[in-house]
Amino acid sequence: MAANLLIAVATGYVALLFLVAFLADRRAAAGRARWLRSPVVYTLSISVYCTAWTFYGAVGSAARSGLEFAAIYTGPTLVFVGWWFLLRKLVRIGRSLRITSVADLLSSRYGKSPAIAVIVTLIAVVGSTPYIALQLQSLTLSFSVLAAGSGQEWPEAATAFWLAAGLALFTILFGTRNVDANERHHGVVTAIALEAVVKLLALIAVGIFAVWGVAGGLGAAFARADPQLLAQGQVFGERWVAITLLSASAVICLPRMFQVTVVENVDERHLATAAWAFPLYLMLICLFVLPIAIIGRAVLPADANPDLFVLTLPLALGREELALLAFLGGFSSATSMVIVAAIALSTMLSNHIIVPLWLAGQRGRHAAAGDVRAMLLASRRAGIVAILALGYLYFRITGGSEALAAIGLIAFAGAAQIMPALLAGIFWRGATRSGALAGVTAGSLIWAYTLFLPSFDGSFLLSAATLADGPWGIAALRPQALFGLQGLDPLVHCMFWSLTANVGLLATVSLLTGQSLLERLQAALFVDVFRMRAARAEPVIRRSATSGDLYTLSERILGRAAARQLFREMAAEQGRADALPEATPAMIERLERALAGAVGAASAHAMVSQIAGGETISMEALISIADETAQIVDYSRRLESKSRELEATAAELRRANRQLQEISAQKDAFLNHVSHELRTPMTSIRSFAEILREGDLTAEERQRFVTIIHEESQRLTRLLDEILDLSFLESGRVNWQLEPIDVEAVIDQALAATEALIARSGMVLHRAPRAEGLIAMGQRDRLAQVFINLVSNAVKYAQGAGRHIAIRTGRTATDIFVEVADDGPGVPPEDRFQIFEKFARARGQTDSRGAGLGLPISREIMRNLGGDLRLVPTRRGATFRVTLPLPQRAASVA
Amino acid sequence: MPRRVLIVEDEPNIVESLSWILGRAGFEVLVESDGAAALARIAGETPDLVILDAMLPGRSGFEILRDLRAGAATARIPVIMLTARSQARDREMAEKLGVDLFIAKPFSNAHVVETARRLAER
Repeated sequence: MAANLLIAVATGYVALLFLVAFLADRRAAAGRARWLRSPVVYTLSISVYCTAWTFYGAVGSAARSGLEFAAIYTGPTLVFVGWWFLLRKLVRIGRSLRITSVADLLSSRYGKSPAIAVIVTLIAVVGSTPYIALQLQSLTLSFSVLAAGSGQEWPEAATAFWLAAGLALFTILFGTRNVDANERHHGVVTAIALEAVVKLLALIAVGIFAVWGVAGGLGAAFARADPQLLAQGQVFGERWVAITLLSASAVICLPRMFQVTVVENVDERHLATAAWAFPLYLMLICLFVLPIAIIGRAVLPADANPDLFVLTLPLALGREELALLAFLGGFSSATSMVIVAAIALSTMLSNHIIVPLWLAGQRGRHAAAGDVRAMLLASRRAGIVAILALGYLYFRITGGSEALAAIGLIAFAGAAQIMPALLAGIFWRGATRSGALAGVTAGSLIWAYTLFLPSFDGSFLLSAATLADGPWGIAALRPQALFGLQGLDPLVHCMFWSLTANVGLLATVSLLTGQSLLERLQAALFVDVFRMRAARAEPVIRRSATSGDLYTLSERILGRAAARQLFREMAAEQGRADALPEATPAMIERLERALAGAVGAASAHAMVSQIAGGETISMEALISIADETAQIVDYSRRLESKSRELEATAAELRRANRQLQEISAQKDAFLNHVSHELRTPMTSIRSFAEILREGDLTAEERQRFVTIIHEESQRLTRLLDEILDLSFLESGRVNWQLEPIDVEAVIDQALAATEALIARSGMVLHRAPRAEGLIAMGQRDRLAQVFINLVSNAVKYAQGAGRHIAIRTGRTATDIFVEVADDGPGVPPEDRFQIFEKFARARGQTDSRGAGLGLPISREIMRNLGGDLRLVPTRRGATFRVTLPLPQRAASVA
Repeated sequence: MPRRVLIVEDEPNIVESLSWILGRAGFEVLVESDGAAALARIAGETPDLVILDAMLPGRSGFEILRDLRAGAATARIPVIMLTARSQARDREMAEKLGVDLFIAKPFSNAHVVETARRLAER
């Protein structure tokens, strides 16, 4: 076939794709994209899973290994049919949080960690590179094969280069028209859907031709099969299981699959259709793989590359138009994969590596003022070019020697390293950032060491010698027989070690490490995404920023129209018709989400934070604010308790003050009393002294007046003695030497002193029989003083009204007591409480002999002796009771 | 006709000295030691002068003074108040109640006699 024709057809096909993409974009922009948003288009776009590897490689794989190829489609089928809940959760998370890529997903889940985003991006880029190279290789091969007939020399490297360049151009044109990943690439998706139809039709056409055109029926076709082919031992063996597993994780984790399944999803309900339609598509595309392989092996020469049977079979049988259709099918498969992968990977590269680096470089300057939008577009485009350049380089280094399926599986195994962290991220709240980092990193390193680097066959990083004998000749570290695990298929070997390390570390480290607050919030947001529907995640980060600045930022990232639309909506929600919305936390959070759609969560977060002019409240700050708040709460609680204490203290002080005032009043009253008691005798003394000085008195008068002066002087002295005595007794400085005393003897002493007084009063003393052995610890004279006072009082107050004074002694369990009773008028009830107060002479008592200090002094003496003096309530007369502790008790008191 | 003075005082020795010096000064001396009975006694005797102790059993000198001043027959009787207490408030209160002279104990005999003469002459 003429090379020029081939190029013309290819170019024409690309032009058609352009047109479709362009029209779809136009319709979408005009809002008439209803048919674009059908589940069919969504399902067809998911078929980007079927790349050139499927188109060419499946047949090759079937020709080499029989049914093994089916494992590649079993995994995705199982996922879509059986694990739709996982996909639905991913789509829900992706849509509600405006996730832009699988790297963004993991970064966002693990506390908006830039480190995870970078690692996942690197794995994705490294893992996708062989895959893209695979597409370039298949395209180049198909060109070579088709053009071989024309006899023209076909330079493979140049073909691959121009293919890569062309694909980069197409991707840039349709993939980076807009920076918001969530505005979705309608044009690209539509073009890919078209390509999905073309590749399916082409493969079915070749299959029908092979079965009915060549073999003459299905039965005849299978009859030609090499019996060994279908009975290969590896089928349904460990390798088959490994590939099923890999393909299942690939359909979720591969950047391009995540892009079409989650990011480009316009309606969650489309998943329901895709859940059966995509497996159906896979089944249809696999339908003729085996027949084509069988017929190819039967018809074509033994040295023909089975990977190209789809192309060479019609060609060999002279059906050039069918070969051309097959070529277009393969072309569709390869280009669709490259375009979507480049879009997904460039978004990741740009959002997680280029933009953060650029932001870091801009720190200090007012970064957001720069033309972020232009920078973003440039970084996306640079990313696309870089990814295709990497693919091209890989293709050149490996020399395109590998079988297609093997290259594809390397990519799958790389993508599978993301799977544990992703699954854990959306189903296990406890998965931590450190766990995810450790798992993904370890798994990826093992993957690179045991599968990716060996794929260069010793031409890149790992030498052939290292591959054969291990680094430094250590056999245990041989990349494809790690720790002596020999005899396994390299893919199974890699999967075993990498996933063991990955899952093991993820689980172990997660269990051992804690989560930051933000991480915990995000974890809840992801794991409970279905429960979060009503109660949206509360904004946890509070900032203040002028809405003007934020508008400028949004304009630069989203474009003028989109930014204006967004701000108008936000203003309307706040009820502000013609003004900028207020920069409330809710508004900022929404804006951040909108920007996250364009630049990823971490970068949007960083940018909005930056424009907020350093008024960012980081998680740490937030936590410290929370801490401070807690401290303030604690402080105010302490203040409250302090103020309660103060109140209590104040009350105490008031009480004390009242007491002091009372004491002060008592002191005044006391001084008044003392003054009165002193002045009264002094008045008599002075007055009679003056009379005596006047002279002119009878001897009798003189005698009488001098006697009065003498009595009053004695009264004065006695008063002063009593005051001083009471003051001493009340001072607490009393330190008497106590001695055993016979109480009855002390009573004798007191009665001897009052005998004359009693006799003069005409009263009768009754003394109860003496109690023997009434020994107390005390002071003989002081105790006698008390008894004298009591007897004198009895005489003084009962005189006239009563006739008897009775003294009785006894003991209780603890005390010795002495009672002095009279049968006088007694103490009036209203005076009972104050008879022990100083100067509290009984009412109406005008006897000048007592100053009213006798009872207070007596009681103070008894208290100082460890006993007491009380008035005993009686029906008649007054009874005073003196108590003294029994000696053993007195000893313990002393 | 000798002026009549009523001494309202509960300290016997003070009563004796006052009686002696006023008697010698030519007064006819009446004595009352009970506060409760003092007012009736004054109203009954209508003395030319009352010497009133502030601290009395039964009723205080201040109460007696207040009632004296309130009664039409007794309002104009001159009153000398004696006190052994130390408070300045007592003097203020007594002057407010209309005392003619407030004398702190111990007093000078000559001062009491001279004042009693002056007040009794009015």
